[in-house]
Amino acid sequence: MWEYVLDRRGQIAHQSLQHLSLVLQCVVLGTLLAVGLAVLVYRRPKALAAANAVSAVGLTIPSFALLGLLLAPFGFGVTPAVIAVTFYAALPVLRNAVVGLAGVDRSLVESARGIGMSRLATLARVELPLAWPVVLAGIRVSTQMVMGIAAVAAYVLGPGLGSFIFSGLSRLGGANALNATLVGTIAIVLLALVLDVVLVLVGRLTTSRGIRV
Amino acid sequence: MSETTADPTGATAAGDSSRRVSGVSIRLEGVTKRYPGQAAPAVDAVDLHIPAGEMVMFVGPSGCGKTTLLKMLNRLVEPTSGKIFLGDEDVTGQDADALRRRIGYVIQAGGLFPHMTVATNVGLVPGMLKWDKRRIAARVDDLLELVGLDPEVYRDRYPRELSGGQQQRVGVARALAADPPVLLMDEPFGAVDPITRQRLQDELLRIQEELGKTIVFVTHDFDEAVKLGDRIVVFDVGARVVQYDTPEAILASPAEEYVTDFVGAGATLKQLTLTRVGEVELRTPQVARAGEDAADVVRRASAAGEQYVVVVDRRGRPISWPSVAELSRASTVPATVDQRLPVVDLRSTLNDALDTMLAASQGGVVVTGRDGVAGVMVVETVMAAIQRTRDEVQG
Repeated sequence: MWEYVLDRRGQIAHQSLQHLSLVLQCVVLGTLLAVGLAVLVYRRPKALAAANAVSAVGLTIPSFALLGLLLAPFGFGVTPAVIAVTFYAALPVLRNAVVGLAGVDRSLVESARGIGMSRLATLARVELPLAWPVVLAGIRVSTQMVMGIAAVAAYVLGPGLGSFIFSGLSRLGGANALNATLVGTIAIVLLALVLDVVLVLVGRLTTSRGIRV
Repeated sequence: MSETTADPTGATAAGDSSRRVSGVSIRLEGVTKRYPGQAAPAVDAVDLHIPAGEMVMFVGPSGCGKTTLLKMLNRLVEPTSGKIFLGDEDVTGQDADALRRRIGYVIQAGGLFPHMTVATNVGLVPGMLKWDKRRIAARVDDLLELVGLDPEVYRDRYPRELSGGQQQRVGVARALAADPPVLLMDEPFGAVDPITRQRLQDELLRIQEELGKTIVFVTHDFDEAVKLGDRIVVFDVGARVVQYDTPEAILASPAEEYVTDFVGAGATLKQLTLTRVGEVELRTPQVARAGEDAADVVRRASAAGEQYVVVVDRRGRPISWPSVAELSRASTVPATVDQRLPVVDLRSTLNDALDTMLAASQGGVVVTGRDGVAGVMVVETVMAAIQRTRDEVQG
């Protein structure tokens, strides 16, 4: 196995970077979409219920099935992979952003409005910073989750470590088949751990000392 | 921003024309708020004139519409109909955000933003008004001084690192930041303990004496209204103005049965809330500085026939109140701070003084004024005042 890794270190490094880049970009995109959506719905009870239902039901869709369905309109390649990974990345963030925004003390919002902050300034300077720790917790969950889902994206020829896993699984019993599968899996786990540590640090740096727990 | 126009009708606070006034008058004309789906309006056609530079208290049972009315003054609640004037200016149709930046707003616990430091919180409104950074920083320090918080110590703290009373002070500082002519306070002292509340009230009176803003203050505590208010508005359901008068007049002749009920049975004792500590006879105590030679102080006190000595710190603030016997056992006057030392301000009411004595289980309080210790007051003085009002009521 060690020989296998040494032989293909270039390819492994390349696919790891591809994987990481897919996950990071999709999480950023998914977060922006989710927070945007949360801002639109958190004050409207009906829309809020709908958003919560979507984030709950969405997570039950098997990623394999979703990727398969996306093949028809988009064909093989990066596009269906990005769409699917972004979709799953957005769901936990959406849920947490809604909870976080709804959890901001109403009296603080009124206090912000009362001293003359506009609706938008209140959102940007009071509500989002206060909801941020909860949003970030959602981002951590979604990052961990889509690390695995991004691997499945190799099924539609998307980039990333999934290609090791799929090529290994398809030739099980053959030479290096197990090695390929293991390398893909272990690399994903390691990447996930590193990214989680990074996110914890980001949390420390971006959360005000006044609300840190 | 700070307007010094006196009220055009010339109605300044209760006969005191020398007082500084930086506020403007507020006039309400037929202000009404209806909520959809409710038969009766929450606020029904209120006409009210609040003179410039006065502190006017809104009291009434919960749900009477007093808070809704207050929130219509800065349009946190949009009036369904009616007009609101600040000075001579009709502000009913103005941009609400711009309007709120020139009306200070204080709510319970200060409404401070927990993720911002004290300085950031206080500097928010000047920031929105595009003051430059240095001016904001200087203003923040001035305001913290004004509300009795040392800027060096508190500037960079976060709200959760402050006590309830300190948070409330910062809330007041934030509301005053851009020197607004009008201050709206919505039950600001509701969440602090009685002793802290009394100190905050004294501070507010001191600040108001200095600044002369027009303050509208909502409270459900009639004692607080009597203590702080130049005038009191008593509301009934629908924000119906039942009585609008000075505290003295409301206590002396309640307009309706309803007001009598609201004022409560203890109306004679309420006179205690009308009398300020500064208005009764205080005794001049022996004062000693911490670190002085104890034997000297004891000699001085004995010569004056005093049993107790008020010890002050370097800035002249009282820190303890030992007996001569205790002092004679020490070589120098100790600098220990007695946390339970009963202290009231000259602006405190006799009621406050009595409360403070009971809380400290002592028969007297040290009274402080602008320049440190102003005297001491003993429980007998309060009793005499009660007896006097009793006699007046009966006779």
